[in-house]
Amino acid sequence: MSHITLSAINFAWLPILPLAAVAAGAMAIMLIGPGVEDEDSAGLGILALITLLAAMVFAIFTLGENSLAFGGSLATDDYAAFFEIVILIATALTVAMSLDYVADEGMAGAEFYSLILFAAFGMMLMAAAGDLIIVFIGLETMSLAVYALAGFLRRDPRSNEAALKYFILGAFSTGFLLYGIALIYGATGSIGLAPIRAALNDRAAQNPLLLLGLGMMLIGFGFKVAAVPFHMWTPDAYEGAPTPVTAFMAVGVKLAAFAGFMRVFMANLGPVSAQWTMVLWAIAALTMTVGNFAALVQQNLKRMLAYSAIAHAGYLLVGMAATPRAMAGGAMLYYLVGYAFTNLGAFAVVIALERKGAGGATLSDFRGLSRSRPGLALAMTLFMLSLMGVPPLAGFVGKFYVFSAALSAHLVWLVIIAALNSAVSVYYYARVIVVMYAQEEAAAPPRLAAHPGLVVSVIAAVAGTILVGLYPQPWLSAANSAYASALGRPAARVASLR
Amino acid sequence: MTQNFPALALILLFPAIGVLFNLFYGGRAGRGAVNFAGPAVIVLAFAVAVSAFVALLRMPPGAALTCPLWPWIAAGPFRVDLGLRFDALSAVMTLVVTGVGALIHIYSAGYMAEDDDYARYFTYLNLFALSMLVLVLADNLLQMFIGWEGVGLCSYLLIAFWFDNPQYAYNGRKAFIVNRIGDLGFLLGILTLAGALARHNVWTLDFVALREHAALLAPVATLAALLLFFGATGKSAQIPLYVWLPDAMVGPTPVSALIHAATMVTAGVYMIARLNFLYLMAPEAMEVVATVGVVTAFFAATIAIVQADIKRVLAYSTISQIGYMMLGVGVGAFSAGVFHLMTHAFFKGLLFLCSGSVIHALHGEQDMNKMGGLRRKLPITFATMLIATLAISAIPPFAGFFSKDQILDAAFGSGHVWLWLLGVVTAGLTSFYMFRLIFMTFYGDSRVEPERERHLHESPRVMTAPLIALAVLSVVGGLVGLPKGLFWGNAFGRFLAPIVNHPLAGVAAAPVLEVEAGAASVLLGVVSLSAALLGILMAWLLYRRNPGLTDRLAARLAALHGLLWRKYYIDEIYDVLVSRPLFWISAVLLNRGVDRGVIDAMVDGTGLTVEEGGEAVSKAESGNVQLYAFVYLLGALAIVAYYVYRVMR
Repeated sequence: MSHITLSAINFAWLPILPLAAVAAGAMAIMLIGPGVEDEDSAGLGILALITLLAAMVFAIFTLGENSLAFGGSLATDDYAAFFEIVILIATALTVAMSLDYVADEGMAGAEFYSLILFAAFGMMLMAAAGDLIIVFIGLETMSLAVYALAGFLRRDPRSNEAALKYFILGAFSTGFLLYGIALIYGATGSIGLAPIRAALNDRAAQNPLLLLGLGMMLIGFGFKVAAVPFHMWTPDAYEGAPTPVTAFMAVGVKLAAFAGFMRVFMANLGPVSAQWTMVLWAIAALTMTVGNFAALVQQNLKRMLAYSAIAHAGYLLVGMAATPRAMAGGAMLYYLVGYAFTNLGAFAVVIALERKGAGGATLSDFRGLSRSRPGLALAMTLFMLSLMGVPPLAGFVGKFYVFSAALSAHLVWLVIIAALNSAVSVYYYARVIVVMYAQEEAAAPPRLAAHPGLVVSVIAAVAGTILVGLYPQPWLSAANSAYASALGRPAARVASLR
Repeated sequence: MTQNFPALALILLFPAIGVLFNLFYGGRAGRGAVNFAGPAVIVLAFAVAVSAFVALLRMPPGAALTCPLWPWIAAGPFRVDLGLRFDALSAVMTLVVTGVGALIHIYSAGYMAEDDDYARYFTYLNLFALSMLVLVLADNLLQMFIGWEGVGLCSYLLIAFWFDNPQYAYNGRKAFIVNRIGDLGFLLGILTLAGALARHNVWTLDFVALREHAALLAPVATLAALLLFFGATGKSAQIPLYVWLPDAMVGPTPVSALIHAATMVTAGVYMIARLNFLYLMAPEAMEVVATVGVVTAFFAATIAIVQADIKRVLAYSTISQIGYMMLGVGVGAFSAGVFHLMTHAFFKGLLFLCSGSVIHALHGEQDMNKMGGLRRKLPITFATMLIATLAISAIPPFAGFFSKDQILDAAFGSGHVWLWLLGVVTAGLTSFYMFRLIFMTFYGDSRVEPERERHLHESPRVMTAPLIALAVLSVVGGLVGLPKGLFWGNAFGRFLAPIVNHPLAGVAAAPVLEVEAGAASVLLGVVSLSAALLGILMAWLLYRRNPGLTDRLAARLAALHGLLWRKYYIDEIYDVLVSRPLFWISAVLLNRGVDRGVIDAMVDGTGLTVEEGGEAVSKAESGNVQLYAFVYLLGALAIVAYYVYRVMR
């Protein structure tokens, strides 16, 4: 049982500054919000952006600070800082692309931006969790905010449906996760991640309580990362939710879920990885295949991107199945960075195309985009190519490193399945490009004003997608040292395994 | 000695900004902005190059400015870092590319004044300059290959610039495909080198490191040198891959001047000069380079004699002149080859721009049979073109004299008497076809169609100013490489010597020649000069004195004339020997047999399965939340069952 001691609190201000900044910003927006008209909510968005920027600066300060705070509840290591920074970037881009959307759709700005920040707070907490309770609190803080955000278009039945489905199934999986935590506590006598890892030995690996706990937690996390067969909420929720929220779900929630999943399983349940990598092998294979095959027939871009997100979760799970190889962790962190930029960009393009009230861009809305909006079409092409995994973009390099890690862990068949899936995925990603470049425009499209927030987020996503792919070394070494810090090892040792 | 010089990156950055600006805002910004921005970025790059050059001159001989960019490839022990290297050799190339490039960019603003696609034009032209600079500033072979491919792409884009003419589009594809064939050789050459080093656990393609490890490369030197030279025959239009260059003339004329005369086509010469240590270890390969070079020079010159299209004459002339450069580097006179590369950039760039001015004045007419008597109507064009013609004909003191003289001197001095003789004959042919061009275009009675005659005018100042600048360079450009003992002697050769004349420890190498002053050298110069004057005299006799004589000669020598007119039927021979068999294999065997018969059947089958599978999976998404929860529960039960099974076992 971990003890919270006074001395720990005294010294732990720096590590929680990024978290505190986001929470404080969220509350400030909530307090100021009622005085702001919904049409003018962009100002609140700017406030949220400033908050996120400040938190990012604090997070950068915590880099290199590898310690435990609050009696082990919070881990202030590079792993936490890495995820916090990426989550903050993703949140900032989400806010940037929401500025006009929220105002145009007449959504309640104060609630929207504060919920986004609360969700970001939960995400960061998951990344920095030092024990299972904090993982759970972070997950719930994030999830409750995102359930509400998914239903934010209150007059749109699909948005309500999305929120409700997500909430019901989410509640379902919360039960599994909590039960799993309880079982693990029963098996090891601790909720702290470090003590749990210390308690794992050959005898513990055969403990039925531990194994059942593992299974339950796998289910809980599997739901949050949208792994098959716990994925079925994803397309409905992604399609119904307001598009910026969809982007946030596809990127932010996925980042946080993998942050928690990887910290708990790869970093701390690693000693008993033989007990769970086979399950992940099967889930990864299923997730990739179902995601890609279902994406083939989608006509709605948001649904397609939902299945695409499922497929990419599958690729990432390939990395998790390769846990015994330390390089897998770094590769996954790198993959997530590229994934974040690429998907945010793709959703930003969808937002740019959405007509007011239509609620979802179908594939035919993209016809002839290369002529009406050549810059946007070029950006979308880039994102699709990156999702396909075409060099030298971020998506390719990420897949390359993750699959290499899996190969070095002798998961040859899984990598073959992944490669075949990648080939299938070319079809539906390329179709978007073909539609944009080879087909004539439908009717005269409404002239869309270029919103500065959207333009900035598309440009940032393009820059990220290219830079992360073209210039992978710094990202990769940051990812490797971040993962090494979660393992409690010096970075050099992990790097030498590459 | 090397010094970090971060400003080198600006040389690439400025053209890159030009590309982005013209690509995204060119259409909106309007013609004025594009006409300003397109050339301006190259002028800026030139300014940076000059400042780098000044900095380099202040350093000891053999020094280099470097600018490491970022790590690019790290695959196991093999790593390639992108970086720029500005030594004497790349300095010459960079100054030529940005200097001559800037002039041609400026000229383009006038030449393309009536084309509505100016933004696309300058996008491509800036992209070309960027790629070419990547090529010459690369500090490693793989980065050079990026530039090598980049210039090939831009060449294709610009040849087929007016792609709504199917013939032009075809010629663009031809250039691209022929270049790709050469590129394969280049790539294999790189891999050969990398493989040889990897065997000794050396993982690099950096030029400096390659030279340091030259001893390890000795076993594969001949093979690698030949493969790389095969790449050069594609890019630099040498036998057997020269066939694309004459057809490339359908592009806008400034493009022909910049890409297909001054810069890109000389990339092969630059590559060999850059890898001089490799070629010095492979004397057989150098013999091949020299022989192919001089034979190409002669062969192309004979074709140029009978061509009627003004740009085609210049195209074959370019092939021929690059042959000279190859002869130079092939006999070990690397600095002479690069020297000729530089002077050629001046006078051949100028010749093309002048021909562009003529074509512009005649509203697109390129047939010399429909020109004549233009010297009064186009006085500036005439004067500058005459200077360029004197320069290419190697009449002293024009630029071409000194550089060609150095090459022929070196060929003779290294014992390649036959190659020298062929070179001298070619010099005579060169002045003959060039003065034929001058006489047919500018002298005699006008044969211009009356409709075009009325609109005849000298080109605007934005076009004539670059002509004059290049004419000045064509006059004085050769003075940096005087024969030894005359004033400052061969300053150019001394500048390059530390790079291309660097003794290589522990490797048996052919000697690099210094051009020696002396009676023999003077005699050689007199011989080649006499050949050139003879050529001029013949042209004068045939095209000025006795204009009717040419037709009678052509009739008398019908077979020979036909052979030359049809360019030795090389295109037809390639068509029969290469293209048609390939098309047959491709159409009948691969397409009908393998592709439709086997692969399509498989893919269609897979596609159907995949599509049905996709629909089945998608149908499961009925929107029914109870179903979702049920599937979820099934999954959860499977996982729990797995662990129960593990525990029970």
